[in-house]
Amino acid sequence: MTIPLRLDSRNFVRDELDLVLRPVVIAIDHVSKKFGDLDVLKQCSMTVLKGEVVVVCGPSGSGKSTLLKCVNGLEGFQAGTITVAGTSVGERRTDLTKLRSQIGMVFQHFELYPHLTVLQNITLAPIQVLGRTKSAAFDKAMSLLRRVGLADKADCHPGQLSGGQQQRAAIARALAMDPIAMLFDEPTSALDPETISEVLDVMTGLARDGMTMMVVTHEMGFARHVANRVVFMDGGCILEEAAAEAFFAQPSTERARSFLSKILRQQ
Amino acid sequence: MIYHWDWSVPISAPYLGWLMSGLAWTLLVAGAAWVLAFIVGVGIGILRTLPNRAARRFGALYVTIFRSIPLLLQLFLWYFVVPELLPASAAHWIKRDLPLPEYWTSVIGLGLFTAARIAEQIRAGIEAVGRGQSMAAAASGLTLLQSYRYVVLPVAARYVLPPLTSEFLNVIKNSSLALTIGLLELTGQSRQIEGETFHGIEAFTAATLIYVVLTLAAIAAMRALERVVAIPGVMARV
Repeated sequence: MTIPLRLDSRNFVRDELDLVLRPVVIAIDHVSKKFGDLDVLKQCSMTVLKGEVVVVCGPSGSGKSTLLKCVNGLEGFQAGTITVAGTSVGERRTDLTKLRSQIGMVFQHFELYPHLTVLQNITLAPIQVLGRTKSAAFDKAMSLLRRVGLADKADCHPGQLSGGQQQRAAIARALAMDPIAMLFDEPTSALDPETISEVLDVMTGLARDGMTMMVVTHEMGFARHVANRVVFMDGGCILEEAAAEAFFAQPSTERARSFLSKILRQQ
Repeated sequence: MIYHWDWSVPISAPYLGWLMSGLAWTLLVAGAAWVLAFIVGVGIGILRTLPNRAARRFGALYVTIFRSIPLLLQLFLWYFVVPELLPASAAHWIKRDLPLPEYWTSVIGLGLFTAARIAEQIRAGIEAVGRGQSMAAAASGLTLLQSYRYVVLPVAARYVLPPLTSEFLNVIKNSSLALTIGLLELTGQSRQIEGETFHGIEAFTAATLIYVVLTLAAIAAMRALERVVAIPGVMARV
């Protein structure tokens, strides 16, 4: 598998050897998907290396969220392969439940379980899926809640929290499974502008700690400053995959250029 | 013709006893039918939301059959027709040895009919929980069974409490149809009193009041349950 890298990427120069030796965590290879007659994904290929942050951006309906959901099998696909840490996602024999327990996912609308407290939200899967003891799951949850700044909200229900707090709790819920990678599906799109930064700060902290992340987002500031690489999609195709610096300095396609000029003018 | 009102009829012996016996049968039929309807209805309702297509089709078939036939006709079918369709030994047992045949037939007929209606409410409740919640549960590694048990069903149950209350009241009132296959429940006993005393208005008024008290009690109980399980920050307190 070839890993597209730009020689002018600062990361490449700095971490040259490290990058080349890093294992591939997520490998998407010529994946295509149809909804009836509609091609949602066309021959998409990209990789996410260990410890890397890859931002997937593009206009609405370009297939970014669908591609992300294919990675942990929430969406199926008809052609191509996706492997996560060596396990093929699309294969029938694959234990999807086990694979999903190793991949954290954060949703646009948080999807916290409304009838459970924040603490119960975070400990449910560790107890039921990983078989951790209640006290171990509890300790882990509390330390994660401290990390995302919500230790005092442990016993609240999601409906009693603001959007930004809910999303931070959702990130803690995903981290409680000790995932090998995190998927973010437009994590700030449902938030008001003031609370976006509190979520982005948590994500930036995660990236600094070396978490492998695939992030679908419109937050170009996050992409520019935190991502190692940016993937640009339109119409179900991956049009560009480049180091973040290079992508923002000089997008190679006209479509990406016009997308960037519009979205950056807004932000 | 002059009607001689006598409001003492429904509260004097032996007619008060008849009404109380009728009330007891109404509660026994409605209660047992409710338990049956709830178990079958929840099961069928869940089947209708599963990824497995055969399961969904079976659920849809059940609902279609039991919703399309009038309840009164269903009771007649269970009482008069079904035993004839069974193997001879089973039919023989039903006709000769089944204790309280009117009672058990009413329970099964009313229960399976109501189950189809409950199934639809459960399905609507599960769908109201939303695909996002199922996705979140699946993404965290929960199996389908676990996601239903810990996430989908607890939330759906809260959504369906108000319509289930209506359904519970329907079971109480629909149990009056059991009189057509000979069960002397509350309405049946009122008719008995009318036949005996010609004071039908008083007898039926008494029965009406008893039904109203029953439904008001059921409503109060369900409201209390709704309050107990209300989710802080989500559903308005009732």
